Amino acid sequence: MAAEAEIKNLTLNFGPQHPAAHGVLRMVMEMDGEIVERVDPHIGLLHRGTEKLIEYKTYLQAIPYFDRLDYVAPMCQEHAFVLAAEKLLGIEASPRGQYMRVLFAEISRILNHLLNAPALALDVGAMTPMLWAFEEREKLMEFYERACGARLHAAYYRVGGVHQDIPVGMGDDILAWADQFPKFLDDMETMLNENRIFKQRTVDIGVVSAEDAMAWGFSGPMLRASGIAWDLRKAQPYDVYDRMDFDIPVGKNGDCYDRYLIRVAEMRESVKIIRQCIAEMPAGSVMSEDGKVAPPSRSDMKHSMEALIHHFKLYTEGFHVPEGETYTAVEAPKGEFGVYLVSDGTNKPYRCKIRAPGFAHLQAMDFMCKGHMLADSVAILGAMDVVFGEIDR
Amino acid sequence: MDDEKQALLEELRAHVTSLLGSAVRSSGISAGELYIEVAADDIVRTLKFLRDDTNSLFKSLMDVCGVDFPEQENRFEINYNLLSYKHNQRIRVKVRTNEDTPVPSAGGIFPTASWFERECWDMYGVFFSDHADLRRLLTDYGFEGHPLRKDFPLTGYVEVRYDDEQRRVVYEPVKLTQSFRSFDFMSPWEGMTRQLPGDEKADASNE
Repeated sequence: MAAEAEIKNLTLNFGPQHPAAHGVLRMVMEMDGEIVERVDPHIGLLHRGTEKLIEYKTYLQAIPYFDRLDYVAPMCQEHAFVLAAEKLLGIEASPRGQYMRVLFAEISRILNHLLNAPALALDVGAMTPMLWAFEEREKLMEFYERACGARLHAAYYRVGGVHQDIPVGMGDDILAWADQFPKFLDDMETMLNENRIFKQRTVDIGVVSAEDAMAWGFSGPMLRASGIAWDLRKAQPYDVYDRMDFDIPVGKNGDCYDRYLIRVAEMRESVKIIRQCIAEMPAGSVMSEDGKVAPPSRSDMKHSMEALIHHFKLYTEGFHVPEGETYTAVEAPKGEFGVYLVSDGTNKPYRCKIRAPGFAHLQAMDFMCKGHMLADSVAILGAMDVVFGEIDR
Repeated sequence: MDDEKQALLEELRAHVTSLLGSAVRSSGISAGELYIEVAADDIVRTLKFLRDDTNSLFKSLMDVCGVDFPEQENRFEINYNLLSYKHNQRIRVKVRTNEDTPVPSAGGIFPTASWFERECWDMYGVFFSDHADLRRLLTDYGFEGHPLRKDFPLTGYVEVRYDDEQRRVVYEPVKLTQSFRSFDFMSPWEGMTRQLPGDEKADASNE
């Protein structure tokens, strides 16, 4: 009896240098044997003060910071920021610019899910899909590179459109990629969907009810896995999403397996959107015609004094945004990515709060892991799709 | 389409302000978004009402965000951004406070508020009463100060480096090789007030 009384819970330090911690997460876990009693995630190890830095930068200079939040799907973050700034300015992007943004937002979505779905498989023991997916990701990052010159940190979106048009013939190359990509998804699904080990590790793990998902502020695939058909691209469409024909996959059980299935299904839907974007994309300028936010062309600057002045002013002082505030959210691959932008009428944001979907998801770690085994917490974390760039900011 | 949205927002605004009564200090629609301002003591009641009322059903608290206006008496503004799936609406609830006045925690209504409030405490030093676990969230262990306050310098106060002799990371006061530059972009044409002493009537006649 005396020996039994001395048994106490073990406190386990998970991370920050653990491959399954998806970056720099430190979790203090209280274990009762193999069962998780309590999880206390310690975040902020990648905190870079993005929000403070943005307050000291012009609106144009702030855009590259958004690539560095969720560095797995950079352009979706830029999208939220430029939409917020456009809302305050009361302007709209040019039609071609809007199509271009949607096209690259969907490419980013596939980039993200291509990392996360196989990473979950890797966390529970299947290595091959990860290797295959990185090949596909590389092809997509080549499209990134051809559009804007960078594989990852794109800084491609602008207030009023995108920075430059894609090279001639790239649309056909994307279509050619879109033709062969579903084959890869089929292969990956053959490998995982009915895989006994994969299913044993993910089915009925980390189940979240619809009520709980709403109360914990879930969004994106995490919310849809719990059976709520909610997608900002459908519910509150931005840019040209209202012209796109696509479906929203919704789960039934709210477990890790459903989250994985939704991400794979979303990739197929994204391919549909990409095809429509390229087919319907109108000709014309990718930037708005508003000379107060869009820089003049190089050739204009050689002849027009006014264009030269505008160029100089735009790249030193930047444009002034009228006083006001807005909370603008986009459906990023991980969920609702929101930007709360407060402007005081100057050329710099007064406050730019970044609402990262992973922040709300990771917070529920304690609630989701309670009573699960230690190894399940890795699967739960993997299906949550956390990237510390956006959580720590 | 936009008129329709505007009408729905006006309807929601009328509904919320009438049922919350005197709790609402002000309300408005800016940039197509509805906001209401309530007193700090009313925040829990307001959020509970917005969550449970059948005409609003704001089931999700998407974001809690602080803003600092140092020149105002109640310098911190806390914004609660809510989302209703049922009605496809958003609303922003604002609360004003200062360094000394605590705001009741919304953690009892939305469990997700916990980290957002911890972040707000960390960044602004706004105290949330009845919060179960009000620790710092994003800054370093042992960090001092509240970095998103407007009077906190961008470069901070301390920097870290690895010290080879002590074989550990040491904290030192920040040393800048070049002083921090912040340019004044106020246009002399647009930014100047033309108010000359004894000429106050000039503006009045223009209006």
